[in-house]
Amino acid sequence: MTPFLAAPYLAIIFAGLMGLSILLYVILDGYDLGVGMLTPLEKDKERDLMVASIGPFWDANETWLVLGIGLLLVAFPVAHGLILTQLYLPVVLMLVGLILRGVAFEFRAKVPAYHKHWWDKAFFGGSLLTALCQGYMLGAYVLGFDQSVAAVAFCLLAALGLVAGYLFIGACWLIYKVEGELQQRAVRWAQVTLWLTALAMAVISVATPLMSERIFERWFGLPEIIALLPIPIAAATLFIGLAIFLRRPLRPNDELSWVPLAAAGLLFALGFVGIAYSFYPYLIADRLDIWQAAASPESLSIILIGALFVLPVILGYSILAHWIFRGKATHLSYE
Amino acid sequence: MDAIDPLILARIQFAANISFHILFPTITIALGWALLGFKLAYNRTKDGAWMNAYRLWVKVFALSFAMGVVSGITMSFQFGTNWPGYMEKVGNVAGPLLAYEVLTAFFLEAVFLGIMLFGFSRVPNWVHTMATLLVAGGTTLSAFWIIVLNSWMQTPVGYEIRDGVVHATDWWAIVFNPSMPYRLTHMLLASALTVSFLIAGMSAWRWLKDGGGEGVRRTLKAAIYAAALLIPVQIFIGDQHGLNTLEHQPQKVAAMEANWETRSHVPLVLFAIPDSEARTNHMEIAIPSGASLILKHSRSGVVPGLDDYRGNHPPVAPLFWGFRIMVGIGVLMLAVSWLAAFRIARRGVDGLPRWLAWVLVAMTFAGWGATLAGWYVTEIGRQPWLVSGVLKTADAVGPVGSTMVASSLTLYLAVYAVLLAAYILVLYRLARMGNAAPDAKPMFPMPGGGEGAAKALEMKP
Repeated sequence: MTPFLAAPYLAIIFAGLMGLSILLYVILDGYDLGVGMLTPLEKDKERDLMVASIGPFWDANETWLVLGIGLLLVAFPVAHGLILTQLYLPVVLMLVGLILRGVAFEFRAKVPAYHKHWWDKAFFGGSLLTALCQGYMLGAYVLGFDQSVAAVAFCLLAALGLVAGYLFIGACWLIYKVEGELQQRAVRWAQVTLWLTALAMAVISVATPLMSERIFERWFGLPEIIALLPIPIAAATLFIGLAIFLRRPLRPNDELSWVPLAAAGLLFALGFVGIAYSFYPYLIADRLDIWQAAASPESLSIILIGALFVLPVILGYSILAHWIFRGKATHLSYE
Repeated sequence: MDAIDPLILARIQFAANISFHILFPTITIALGWALLGFKLAYNRTKDGAWMNAYRLWVKVFALSFAMGVVSGITMSFQFGTNWPGYMEKVGNVAGPLLAYEVLTAFFLEAVFLGIMLFGFSRVPNWVHTMATLLVAGGTTLSAFWIIVLNSWMQTPVGYEIRDGVVHATDWWAIVFNPSMPYRLTHMLLASALTVSFLIAGMSAWRWLKDGGGEGVRRTLKAAIYAAALLIPVQIFIGDQHGLNTLEHQPQKVAAMEANWETRSHVPLVLFAIPDSEARTNHMEIAIPSGASLILKHSRSGVVPGLDDYRGNHPPVAPLFWGFRIMVGIGVLMLAVSWLAAFRIARRGVDGLPRWLAWVLVAMTFAGWGATLAGWYVTEIGRQPWLVSGVLKTADAVGPVGSTMVASSLTLYLAVYAVLLAAYILVLYRLARMGNAAPDAKPMFPMPGGGEGAAKALEMKP
């Protein structure tokens, strides 16, 4: 078939769709992984409740990663090969983490009680390993796969940074989904991890322009700096607002318990916009841009037709699932 | 330490990953429909025994689905980490097919699985039944796209090569490529048989332990009847698939039959030790002219042999043995399911001889054996090509060193071994624990769905 859009536009659209999938993944599975990493802090019923709060969602949340990587694979095949061979080891470890986390959900509920603690450990370990690897990959990607000692140190820092970010959004999810004493403790976890997240975002924001002259100029030239100023200002405002919000006692009847989660999602989105702006139009820093990496326009058109029909439907039924399981989490059962 | 060829290691790694992965879709594809059947039977009869069957098997489904999802994600990353040449060369065809799998099937399964598993008391009965239908449909649609891609790799059509890269010219031809209908039907039936024997085996085990409840008897009977009905269909489709393969990939059939030279009156080799050095068979036991008769429907039919494809045909021994293992398990399935169906039809489930029930227990995972053997035949049978006549496997492998591949392979194998053991143990545990609830207990507080579910919600503090 003949493409109904010129090739350059198709590449931009697919870069946008891929970015959107990855952003949705980071926010949605971010809270799953965060809750997973918080589970060792609780025991027995509380831990079960934490796991139950993400039970109906994690699978669909994880699918955004499959779509993001899938779009990279199908829309930018050359970049896909380059990026994944460069990130071979963290990818393999992340997959092991995702495997452990995913199956632990099922196994911990089905094995005899005396074996359950192994699957709890697998659930925590899998979540932590996944978060660390994703952070490391983010760092390596930002630095264009530089292998120097300083670069590796930066990647390790980014790994810890993403762990902090996921812990924070996970705590915000729990504030929204649980009640009582567990909710109070989730507020305290959110208070601590908020500052770690702020620190991590600040360090990455400073390091990224320093590593690339091009990115430095994109941010600090005139008039860009004035146009871009709202991003850091909005982020700082959100941080301060959240810090104040989390200090105050929770409202009666759980009013506004969704606010920290929404603000955390917004923070992640701001960070993402910052990175996306720095990189555009490159897929691999200063080496490969989206037009060089794009698949043939015929194939992209075929996918786009499907995506335009199907993506709204997917968004629709994902929202339906969140609506069906709205309100406070209860202990899950198949009954 | 590049002592071992990275290509060999990458191939072993891919084989290990896909072998582990395929076990679980093989179960979930048909089990989704079985669950829908249980649910519809419950909706119609309001009989608690059907609901108990649903409750037990939905757990097996959830566990198998999780195993399939996590190992499937591993597969999607393998393309980039180990086989970057694949997407670079045929990405314009493979890409859209994989994208359509994720867009149309993957999300559908993942979102509605949550409702199917945990939504009982939150949604009206009909929505829950609908979620079951969508999950079953999603897994089948997922299988459809993957089989389309795999079939296209076996019998590629509808493309042209420009600047060394494959471009799609006819999507209709690509999706409905010559081997797709046979492969898809064969795989769906393989899944149905795997699930039939899984349900029969686990139910028989439960029945042997303490007679089981009414739900156990129902599922045992349904599974045996399904297996007895489907296995002849599968044998017929398998034969048609073989003839299709003979037409499009004659070298694969030649290797399956260990037929070294093109000739007439080709014997059907029952047993042999193929020797690829000497290009002959040792200790051959064969039916004279049998292969000519089956493949060409004539004793004097000329069947292409491996000598026509020297240097360009797959290794013989794995195909020869893989094919015989698959057919052997199929024949065993035919005998056991017919015998059991005959006894159950005449004397009911409790008329089943205990020894036959033990045979069913032993064959719980027989479907896995046949499916894996069949996949090895079809996938190794495409070698040395990754995409027949378009891309050699050796040209798709990435630049990752063998140390790296060896370490990741070891890691995968260790994780998979533990998970597979845990999976099988938990299945038997579920068989023992499941159906323990009294059969009469109805599923919803009030029949008729919405109202009852709403009441149930109100009752929760």
